[in-house]
Amino acid sequence: MSIYIYPVLFGITCGLIARLIMLRTDYRQYPTYLHGKIIHISLGFIAAVLGAVSVPALIEENITAVTFLTVAASQFREVRNMERNTLKQMDGFELVSRGDTYIEGIALAFESRNYLVIFTSIVTTIAFIFTNLYISLGAMVLCIVIARVLMDGGKIKDICEIEYVKPHFEGSGLYIDNIYIMNIGLAKRREDILRYGMGFILKPKNFNAMTTIANLGQRQAILYDISTSLGIFRDSGTPALTPLAKRDLKDGRVAIFVLPQHRDIKRAIEIIGNTPTLENAIRLPSERKKHEEGDSDDNGENDPRLPHDESS
Amino acid sequence: MTMEKMILACLTTNPRKAPAGLAVFYCDSKEEMEQMGAVLEAVLDGIAHAIHEEITIIVRH
Repeated sequence: MSIYIYPVLFGITCGLIARLIMLRTDYRQYPTYLHGKIIHISLGFIAAVLGAVSVPALIEENITAVTFLTVAASQFREVRNMERNTLKQMDGFELVSRGDTYIEGIALAFESRNYLVIFTSIVTTIAFIFTNLYISLGAMVLCIVIARVLMDGGKIKDICEIEYVKPHFEGSGLYIDNIYIMNIGLAKRREDILRYGMGFILKPKNFNAMTTIANLGQRQAILYDISTSLGIFRDSGTPALTPLAKRDLKDGRVAIFVLPQHRDIKRAIEIIGNTPTLENAIRLPSERKKHEEGDSDDNGENDPRLPHDESS
Repeated sequence: MTMEKMILACLTTNPRKAPAGLAVFYCDSKEEMEQMGAVLEAVLDGIAHAIHEEITIIVRH
């Protein structure tokens, strides 16, 4: 029996544990129970095997064996494509769609999780070969913590203040605060909207946040999350009841209009706040300013383009 | 074929203001326009927008 059998088995187990921890089925119900999970656990197992086996290959100076990792990389890119295609097909049947930006973010996360599994397997296998079991277990815990930190992105509540505002009509125009949402021509629909509609204003904390929430994909992600969690008062053939997010051109605030079935203001604010800031939506215009003017502590908070209270 | 982003129909109580080039429904009263608008909205999968007191258009977004 090879002397590397236990280190490799340990590395595979650690990689698989890391993948299982990262495989969460949350309110978005993705991956779906059970078949979706089997696919991702299997791919996680393959990633763990590749990571664990690469260490003995390197120790034995079998450098070319490492080229297997490049095969793995192309396989995991395929995972991203698979996720993207599946989610896009499913998106057409949702009452409120996720949007391409959100889908791309999810697909990206699935690919990167497999790389984190390879990383965990490599580190734990190295630890097992060169140290003892306890240090290896510590390395596993450390890898899982690193993976969790890397997988947790920012949230909307970190970059915006969220406030509930009741929707109102001026003629046929639907408004949230002073932000125009859309024209509703039928009186019956206006009644439905006033009865079931809820409005929220997202006030960006700095100029970077203003640019991030201006992204249409980010706004669609917020609408999707809130509609998934609180239900939606609409069906096919009622496009007038579609949730919308519109932007105030003057100060960059974003108005969110939704028709949830469960009308709980506190819960809705919580859900909007917990919506992830999408990687593809994040913009940092203040970084350019810093780069041009040298280092500065100002990250856009004092930008004159930001919304300011009239009273202050 | 799926049509997107276009005016599907127009409802009006004033024949003088009816546009050309699309399906126009003449209504006798505002109530009739409301009723017909609700039916057309559901059938055509569009949104009724009141652009004037006498004109409502059904738009696919």
